[in-house]
Amino acid sequence: MLNEVKEAITAPLEVAKAMGITLKQFLRGPVTNQFPDEPAQVYPRFRGRHALKRYENGLERCIGCALCAAACPTECIYVEAAENTDEDRRSPGERYAKIYDINMLRCIFCGYCAEACPTEAVVLEHDFTLAEYDRWDAVYSKEQLLEPNNPEYLVVRDDEVFVKADTWSSK
Amino acid sequence: MSQEIVQLLVDIVKLIIIASVIMGIFTFILLVERKLIGRFTRRYGPNRVGPFGLLQSIADAVKMMLKEEMVPGHVDKVIYVMAPGMALMTALSVFAVIPFARDTVVLPLESLIGFSVYLTPWVADINVGVLYLLAVGSLGSYGIILGGWSSNNKYSLLGALRTSAQMLSYELPLGVAVLSVVVMTGTLRVTEIVEWQTQFAGLAWIVFLQPVAFLIFFISALAEAGRAPFDLPETENELIGGFMTEYGALKFGLFQAAEFVHAMMFCTITVTVFLGGWNMPFLNEILNIMPTPIQALAPVLHLGIFIGKSLAVYCSLIWIRASVPRMRFDQLMAFCWKWLLPIALLNLFATVMGLAITAELLGLW
Repeated sequence: MLNEVKEAITAPLEVAKAMGITLKQFLRGPVTNQFPDEPAQVYPRFRGRHALKRYENGLERCIGCALCAAACPTECIYVEAAENTDEDRRSPGERYAKIYDINMLRCIFCGYCAEACPTEAVVLEHDFTLAEYDRWDAVYSKEQLLEPNNPEYLVVRDDEVFVKADTWSSK
Repeated sequence: MSQEIVQLLVDIVKLIIIASVIMGIFTFILLVERKLIGRFTRRYGPNRVGPFGLLQSIADAVKMMLKEEMVPGHVDKVIYVMAPGMALMTALSVFAVIPFARDTVVLPLESLIGFSVYLTPWVADINVGVLYLLAVGSLGSYGIILGGWSSNNKYSLLGALRTSAQMLSYELPLGVAVLSVVVMTGTLRVTEIVEWQTQFAGLAWIVFLQPVAFLIFFISALAEAGRAPFDLPETENELIGGFMTEYGALKFGLFQAAEFVHAMMFCTITVTVFLGGWNMPFLNEILNIMPTPIQALAPVLHLGIFIGKSLAVYCSLIWIRASVPRMRFDQLMAFCWKWLLPIALLNLFATVMGLAITAELLGLW
């Protein structure tokens, strides 16, 4: 009985507290990112679609060694190399990637390809809009992956939350 | 045509208009509820259909209507089809005795048809209006119970069982709370209760005189309307929708509408009985010193005030829904029988004693 009386006194206070909290959240306003209208915000280490990088002079970094394909646990990367010639020089090395396909339906975005790459040519970038109407369209060709192809609808966040997470992971 | 028949026709048209307007307000309220719940959880709520998502409810209604109307094979067909309509109809018919404004508008049509037509701001002003409010308001649970029972489904039946127990229990504190108001005002006529609250320049709102009764009424009304934190009849995560489990398409839509109209109904009753109805403090006094053309606008003003107050009460329901988690069933029952009802009875007793002592002291007996 005493407990129940105690509860009867505290319960309205608890309800008032709960309503105060929701009111506070109400006044702080929405945090929703209105994606198609506003750019989406991703964190710097967010792993999205791959990008094939270039050197500053415009040459492709990829030398067609297919180490990424070997490292890939789902075997979603297919590389076919060709010889560079003096007339048609694509990359600084001997060879370049003639075909570089990634099947985005198989890719698990683990980033092993980027780790295996000796020239840091393939990197997981931030694009996540990978929906297609046809499943064969999900096999991205070299032209689709090669830079420059950064989407405008993305903003890379660099705020406190990220910094905090980064310090945790480095410990 | 005689005066009575014309008057009757006018009243019927008014009835249809009021019912349609309430359904229109319901679609708006639905959007307001979703938007506010969104804001409370730091989202925007629906804002894609039309400007500010204003057409969202219409899109939902069209979706409900276009869905396949199917009746499962294992249900009691007649009652199954009847239940949603019954739930909605009872919720709507309560609005018949709610006074939306003070003045009866007289349409001076003597020159045309030989007599004036009276537009009352209520459908019916019956002398047992409060009784009607409580009786018809509680009939709404029939729709839910019949729907749950006729569905022939365990979850639906559980929902219906909970509903019947909950509604029957909370009816009592609700009635007793209103009873103390009736004892105080000395009338069962709804218009007179509102009129009573216009005393002392409109400051005699019953919520100030009977705060305990108001709280008990408000909590019981939440439970009667099946609103959070008393939404035990539905409990989508335990009973997958409770009594609505077997319903789809427009019948489901009707149940949803019935639920919201039920909540709206309790908001309007709260405003009428406790919050001064269409009146604001000092409104009548200000209106009386205004020139006649402005005084003629009084019904519109009253209607606006009434709708505004009801909306404010509804917003507080949404706020509570966003804040308080659902009760357990035994807590619900214990709360009603161990706390609300005794307090309501004590409050009634205190009211009666207070009135008797005042009458004795003033020598009114």
